[in-house]
Amino acid sequence: MSEVANIKTQNPASSKKMLLAMVGIGIMSALLIVSTFELTLPRVQRLKAEALEKAIFEVLPGTVNMQAFGVNESSELFELNEGEKAETTVYAGYDDNKNIVGYAIEASGQGYADIIRILYGYKPDEEIILGFQVLESKETPGLGDKIEKEERFLNNFKALDVSLTDNKEIKNTVITVKQGEKQNPWEIDGITGATISSRAIGDIIGASSTTLVPILNNHYRKNNKN
Amino acid sequence: MSNDSASSKQKVTSTDEFIKGLWRDNPVFVQVLGMCPVLAVSNTAINALAMGLATAFVLLMSNILVSLLRNFVPKQVRIASYILIIATFVTVTDYAIQAISVELHKSLGAFISLIVVNCLILSRAEAFASKNTVSKSIFDALGMGVGFTFALFCLGAVREILGNGSLFDIALFPEGFQSWIVMILPAGGFFTLAIWLLIINKIQTRKTKL
Repeated sequence: MSEVANIKTQNPASSKKMLLAMVGIGIMSALLIVSTFELTLPRVQRLKAEALEKAIFEVLPGTVNMQAFGVNESSELFELNEGEKAETTVYAGYDDNKNIVGYAIEASGQGYADIIRILYGYKPDEEIILGFQVLESKETPGLGDKIEKEERFLNNFKALDVSLTDNKEIKNTVITVKQGEKQNPWEIDGITGATISSRAIGDIIGASSTTLVPILNNHYRKNNKN
Repeated sequence: MSNDSASSKQKVTSTDEFIKGLWRDNPVFVQVLGMCPVLAVSNTAINALAMGLATAFVLLMSNILVSLLRNFVPKQVRIASYILIIATFVTVTDYAIQAISVELHKSLGAFISLIVVNCLILSRAEAFASKNTVSKSIFDALGMGVGFTFALFCLGAVREILGNGSLFDIALFPEGFQSWIVMILPAGGFFTLAIWLLIINKIQTRKTKL
């Protein structure tokens, strides 16, 4: 209390000064933030694009070229120009002879902490999911982030079965099971200590592959000459 | 130590300002400030180091600016202006880390913005930078920043070794090692902090007795 009185007597009528100080610092802060943002933006975008490209090559071994596609309402793929984004984006990977190696599919869903964004590779000729990368996650460091690091978990994605029935529907939805209980080729062996995060990955891939795999399989059979 | 309180009162050199943050007034072990990042981001050594350095950078920049503006900012709005300055540098740091490495930003992302509410930075602005010259404030910030990073690393190393069986992601124990998952969890942070505080306090009380 006494301090308040003290301040009042020390500098009376200093509203102008207060305003000046706050506005001045505010403007300085704004300038600093905007200029840093502008300065780092090209590099951040480049790094992000590079990370995405690296992830695509990682989930689709043997890819030399790629093309981004969006999916429209009538379940058909349309080409995206560079830098464009669609609601659901898939990347087709091509080899040297312009044959489709497979598709890298972006998918996301709720994890333990926040939305997890992943990329996984689909190989239509073998009808398997063959790779998986986390693009963005805020899972607990040391626990939930094991979904990106633990080799045993990542080994699940070497040949995850997503074969189709004769009606062009997915036979078995991909699902995460408890650690050590994987029995079928469409099951993902979970992680003890990252139960929710590893289950989230199974759910994300399960939901996304159920709708997208039939579409991509169709696209593959139409567009691949061999 | 040569700089006991009596002599340091008479003539405080820049080195003293630096040293005090490292040990005598260590922000974590003695002042027990900024516990949110200390407990949250100290689960691996590398996260702890990165968080410590980011905090030290924000602390340094805000101390410089607060000290520069100390005669310009009226007392009534000082806290608001400190927070504005701190928030600015946190945002700048956030962009900078994103531009340095996407990987690093991925592992720290959620915690960088929390530096704003780290009371260590605000307390240095209020208790030191607003009353001292720029050069002294720089040494104070450096000392506190290094002390904070050191303390975070102490916690992070112990937690990673026990909780994950590794240090800087290099495995230390043979295959059969059963890691203590609790050390990675928030509870482990409290345990580790308590043990470190116990050790440091023991050493410091023994020193004062002598």
